[in-house]
Amino acid sequence: MPVLRWLRRHLIVIAGLLTLAYMILPNIVVMVFSFNKPNGRFNYSWQRFSLDAWKDPCGVADMCGSLSLSLQIAAWATVGATALGTMIAFALVRYRFRARGAINSLIFLPMAMPEVVMAASLLTLFLNMGAQLGFWTILIAHIMFCLSFVVTAVKARVMSMDPRLEEAARDLYAGPVQTFLRVTLPIAAPGIAAGALLAFALSFDDFIITNFNAGSTVTFPMFVWGSAQRGTPVQINVIGTAMFIIAVLVVLAGQLIANRRKNSARP
Amino acid sequence: MSVIQEAPPAPVEEPKPRKPATRKRLVPYWLLLPGILWLVVFFALPLVYQASTSVQTGSLEKGFEVTWHFQTYWDALTDYYPQFIRSLLYAGTATILCLLLGYPLAYFIAFKAGRWRNLVLVLVIAPFFTSFLIRTLAWKTILADSGAVVDVLNTLHVLDVTSWLGWTESNRVLATPMAVVCGLTYNFLPFMILPLYTSLERIDGRLHEAAGDLYATPATTFRKVTFPLSMPGVVSGTLLTFIPASGDYVNAELLGSTDTKMVGSVIQTQFLRVLDYPTAAALSFILMAVVLIAVTLYIRRSGTEDLV
Repeated sequence: MPVLRWLRRHLIVIAGLLTLAYMILPNIVVMVFSFNKPNGRFNYSWQRFSLDAWKDPCGVADMCGSLSLSLQIAAWATVGATALGTMIAFALVRYRFRARGAINSLIFLPMAMPEVVMAASLLTLFLNMGAQLGFWTILIAHIMFCLSFVVTAVKARVMSMDPRLEEAARDLYAGPVQTFLRVTLPIAAPGIAAGALLAFALSFDDFIITNFNAGSTVTFPMFVWGSAQRGTPVQINVIGTAMFIIAVLVVLAGQLIANRRKNSARP
Repeated sequence: MSVIQEAPPAPVEEPKPRKPATRKRLVPYWLLLPGILWLVVFFALPLVYQASTSVQTGSLEKGFEVTWHFQTYWDALTDYYPQFIRSLLYAGTATILCLLLGYPLAYFIAFKAGRWRNLVLVLVIAPFFTSFLIRTLAWKTILADSGAVVDVLNTLHVLDVTSWLGWTESNRVLATPMAVVCGLTYNFLPFMILPLYTSLERIDGRLHEAAGDLYATPATTFRKVTFPLSMPGVVSGTLLTFIPASGDYVNAELLGSTDTKMVGSVIQTQFLRVLDYPTAAALSFILMAVVLIAVTLYIRRSGTEDLV
């Protein structure tokens, strides 16, 4: 049976591609249904082709407002978490000091805790302090849960850096600032970029922690959640498709740059 | 560092470097201060507040007071143990499915994809950036009662078996445990694949050749060489899948029914709608304890403690 033999030889490839299909399937459905013209409020079954939603992506009340709010929060959370996280990562890799173990666990714990637990406990803090829930409480929460992921990403990169490069820079009479800016930072940059990208994605997509700490402020995921009950506008699929395409382009561009660097670095 | 610098020993200079030295010793602390302060105030302190809330009694109108009322924990457990068990069961099943589905894909990317590797990696990462809520809603379309998936499963008589096992209901997939587990598996799959890929990619291909030279069959090579070497990825992948899945309520709410509610859903309702803060805090504390204990035991057993 040549077919069976072929199947057996390529078992891993077939299984891998099936998993890949499982992962991509919802994205394709989102894309297809962005061209749908639904009959009722719910966009769950195919009716007929239409470009209406693409022509008027902001035609739904409050949707684009929530989208821009989410983008703003994600941008600030990325800046905050990347700055704080990079500092922590450098301290942990480059220095030996007391309380290192305790700090490592403090950074590990937020990743080892169900989101709903962090969300609920942060809300008890805000309620006890009498804080006004909204933009600032969301931002505080997002920086908090992105921080650990940034530290992990940057740490991985800094750990693989050769400290002799910095020693060489100092031997060549570079000052500490010059060494940092012209040697350390460029080498650590891919790790920092990966951490920042991760923080942006996590913050932009977060629903559970935001839902607890947003008060009456509505971010994009919260808008989507609400619309699931009231009726999903087709425009949500348009935004989903656009995000997917932009993400693919950004990630591909990043890999191209990384590849070109790798190739040009070789003699 | 170098011998040249050590050569002129200068006892004259001794008092001088003291100040820069103390300043240098403080550098790590200054680097750590802002971030750690953030985590202490907005992560650790809230847990303390939550612990205190869980032993309070009172009502929203009269105010809450700490009365060391541990009964709340017992009541919460007896009232909501089905949701607890369900959460752990669903999260556990989704984790196993993620491992079974994710391993071949990670292996494929690491060893077989060749020049397609980057593209496949992009396709694994990119869904991250499309809102996961939109993608979860898409599963509603895919698993719809009149949809292709249900039709195929029905024709193959798969639904008869799964309904008998209690995973689905007669001709439905949506609003059943199977739909929730399918959503959980889907949502956390990238968290399994990426660590697996990282640890598989590090394996030296020559080890496979060596195993082959020593007359190991591909299956034996996998069992004795590849899989053991990928253990760090398996451990961190299962953790990254199980922990968030156990607290998730989005999949259960969007794809399930009232019979598939998970504990996260209960915490959310108690906290944001019923406003019974002590019960919600107690539930969330029990969930945290269960997950932390499970994670610690698991890390101990699998013997990779350098994960932290």
